[in-house]
Amino acid sequence: MSTTLPPFEEIVSTHGPTVLRVCRAVLGPMDAEDAWSETFLAALRAYPTLRPGSNVEAWLVTIAHRKAIDQARARARRPLPVDPLPERAAPSEADRSDGDLWAALQALPFKQRAAVAYHHVVGMPYADVAALIGGSQDAARRAAAGGIATLRKTYGDGGPR
Amino acid sequence: MMTRDEPGESERSDLFVGLPAIDEATMHRLHGRLVREAQTAGLLDVAYRTIDSPVGPLLLAATAKGLARVAYRCEDHEKVLERLARDLSPRILHAPARLDAAAKEIDEYFAGLRRGFDLPVDLSLARGFRRLVLARLREIGYGQTASYAAIAVAAGNSKAVRAVGTACATNPIPVVVPCHRVVRSDGSIGQYVGGVEAKRTLLTLEAAA
Repeated sequence: MSTTLPPFEEIVSTHGPTVLRVCRAVLGPMDAEDAWSETFLAALRAYPTLRPGSNVEAWLVTIAHRKAIDQARARARRPLPVDPLPERAAPSEADRSDGDLWAALQALPFKQRAAVAYHHVVGMPYADVAALIGGSQDAARRAAAGGIATLRKTYGDGGPR
Repeated sequence: MMTRDEPGESERSDLFVGLPAIDEATMHRLHGRLVREAQTAGLLDVAYRTIDSPVGPLLLAATAKGLARVAYRCEDHEKVLERLARDLSPRILHAPARLDAAAKEIDEYFAGLRRGFDLPVDLSLARGFRRLVLARLREIGYGQTASYAAIAVAAGNSKAVRAVGTACATNPIPVVVPCHRVVRSDGSIGQYVGGVEAKRTLLTLEAAA
């Protein structure tokens, strides 16, 4: 175990893609990049106080989860825009081709979506998922299972590919 | 780590196999945004980049005060960054634009177009007598040399010749703080943080211009 923190650049390059995957699964591709940016800015702010040897991925996902809750609340309050906001980057081709999966994920209740994202996309153990989203480990397991069952119905077995 | 709760391969690999891979262009864009927002928020403590030079790739690192580190490849750039995280701040990001001015001046120096640096420098990686020595080094003009003994005298301790050697060997900002201009009293070239070959290249460059 190291006794000093690595340069933050290393944290971004190692965990950036995983955190973006989480943000996309929980918020969809449109809001994901804002959540990613807020997560890493908050992480950079707090970084010097992180204990060396901590589980950095779990730490980042915890921050991302809080940002996702904020974003989900903000989204619930604001009316749906008619057009995508101009300053937002357009989703790439790959994002568009997976529109069905995003749509299916977005249709899940927030807790199910978060449980699915943290357990199935990041590979987080249910004990950690429960600590993040609240409730028991069994409840987290049920939320993920419920989410997956709905996805199988709405999105299909194995998806379009 | 316990594997009891790990999703099995089969469990993870069907539904989400369709998730787009995170492409490099997206990560690059997000990284750029993070650098800009970190700078605006005053959270970018150390910015770094690498540049090519006739003496090999150089790592440049700057704080808000100025250029704090120039490192030769032989110093191992990854290790240098780890030490910067420990000695200055772990809030370190690859932020090439923040070092554009430094890169430009160093390029001009190696092209023989520049004889002195106007860059603000941050000497906080050097302390005490070493820092005093670095201040004296900056007074040795382009194309000139001084002996370790002469620098010891200039730094106020004529007996500290070895300490001057150590200060040169641990100079955090070689090239810009010209420790390459310090040679032995007998005229031989002496040691150098970037290797004797690099020292010879710099002295030859300055003698020719």
